[in-house]
Amino acid sequence: MQRRSIAFWLGAVVFLAAMLAMTQLVRNEYPFFAGYVILQFVVLAVAWTILGGYAGYVNFGTNAFFGVGVYTAVLLVKAFGAPLPVQIATAAVVGSLLGLGVGLLTLRMRGIFFSIATIALAIIIETSITNFRFVGGAAGIQLQRPPVTAPFDSYVKMLFFVQALLVVIAVAITRGIQNSRIGRGLHALRDDELAAECTGVPTLRLKLLACVISGALMAAAGAPAAMYLQYANPDSAFNLNYSVSVLAMALIGGTAHWIGPVLGAILLGATQQLLAVTISSEVNVLVLGVMLVLFVVAAPKGVIGLVQRQPKRRGGSK
Amino acid sequence: MTVPAAPDAPLLRIDALTKSFGGFVALNDVSVQVRKGERFGLIGPNGSGKTTLVHCISGALRPNKGAVIFGGEDVTPLPPNQRSRRGIARSFQIPRPFRSMTVLENLMVALDFAAGRETLESTAHRREAAMSILARIGLAAKAESPTATLTQVELRKMELARAMATGPKLLISDEAMAGLSTSEVDEVLDLLMSLGGDDIAIIMIEHIMQAVMRFSQRVMCLDAGRIIAIGPPAEVMANARVQEAYLGT
Repeated sequence: MQRRSIAFWLGAVVFLAAMLAMTQLVRNEYPFFAGYVILQFVVLAVAWTILGGYAGYVNFGTNAFFGVGVYTAVLLVKAFGAPLPVQIATAAVVGSLLGLGVGLLTLRMRGIFFSIATIALAIIIETSITNFRFVGGAAGIQLQRPPVTAPFDSYVKMLFFVQALLVVIAVAITRGIQNSRIGRGLHALRDDELAAECTGVPTLRLKLLACVISGALMAAAGAPAAMYLQYANPDSAFNLNYSVSVLAMALIGGTAHWIGPVLGAILLGATQQLLAVTISSEVNVLVLGVMLVLFVVAAPKGVIGLVQRQPKRRGGSK
Repeated sequence: MTVPAAPDAPLLRIDALTKSFGGFVALNDVSVQVRKGERFGLIGPNGSGKTTLVHCISGALRPNKGAVIFGGEDVTPLPPNQRSRRGIARSFQIPRPFRSMTVLENLMVALDFAAGRETLESTAHRREAAMSILARIGLAAKAESPTATLTQVELRKMELARAMATGPKLLISDEAMAGLSTSEVDEVLDLLMSLGGDDIAIIMIEHIMQAVMRFSQRVMCLDAGRIIAIGPPAEVMANARVQEAYLGT
């Protein structure tokens, strides 16, 4: 555990250093433009896995949390001209509160009922934003980027690095949950909720916690998107594609370990970016569907299931 | 809320418990007490309300009327996990292991969330505690096995081990011997006898009469949601109503 922790944090530092070096060395802006989207999906997929993978509660409302993050940032910029860190932090707080609210309302439902409730949530919030004139309503809103801060020479490069930071935060939190008794409790309630309760696991509390953390991370990932596009409208911010993509990424990567959604998001995200350039952005959705079917049939435990055919499970942490 | 129990107060007091599902009354005004460390047998024909009673004691179901008093405290409004922390543990009629985990990990769940967790702060300590329970139950060799590979009798034992890992004062065994061979029944019965004692009361639900007779200090027979007899095993077996309802003679 100790050695693994050191290795993990070392890896995180190397990752961030590499990302930072890239922003300083690479001239072309396009890799950052595309990379930002991939990193954003890594955060979303990792956050989704906390509730959808560990606890087995399939959340179809990723777009609700993402969109709330986007519009929290829009509102803060429009009303106070708030800087990026404030936008992200506030989005995380709003996302966690939304997670708590959704959790209290829906986590007593199981299986498909919970999933349907999360879809309904996204629709309700999107409708509210569509009718909220101050943030642009249905027509959307244009945003002006503030001047970029050193050491970055372009705003997109900075956003790319910020999203890389969010990746490290999201993975660190998810890894922490996985290796703690919270993770074990979530796995227990995923396997059998009544048996978990009778074994002393406070299932409702753990599910709420998972929903709050997952919601906060998803909204935080959405916050920089407003400045990334310099534009926001409800249709794109609350697009159901986010939910479907994120779910597919997590499942394709595998949800038993935090590395699963990371791999899934990189694999699918990169494929989507490549296809968007080479063929068309519409073909994305098709590829996503085909890959999901392939994996469900051939590798139901995702990429990590393929790598470790005989998963070694131990009483201790991994 | 917690009232300290008097020395001779019962460990568990069921007070006028009624539970109905729609128009069907599964438990009708059931009152019974179980002493500390008692071995208590619960019998009755299928559908007589035995498992419903267990659900009401463990918190899986809320009764419509009446109260469950445990250790002097009214636990009726508490969810199962709170009751588990207070010392109520159970096994399930159809085993419900955590299927994605090994046997040891199943026990670790219990130890991770048990009330006395503070004394087992490090993971290594909890592992040790889990291994010693498995050794006592006779499952130590299977500690690292996934639960999917266990035989029926091993699953039953694993459930008892997991229940023991919560540190119970009351252990409810819901037909732990159903579907087992004669030698396996004896094995599980010996195990239950050894688990009970001064500190742990056991309520055993069972259809196998020799097992109930050998195990129980007192037996209660339910029929259609009502208590029709309660007392020493021999007396209850001799009861005409029990024979009629249960044995069908």
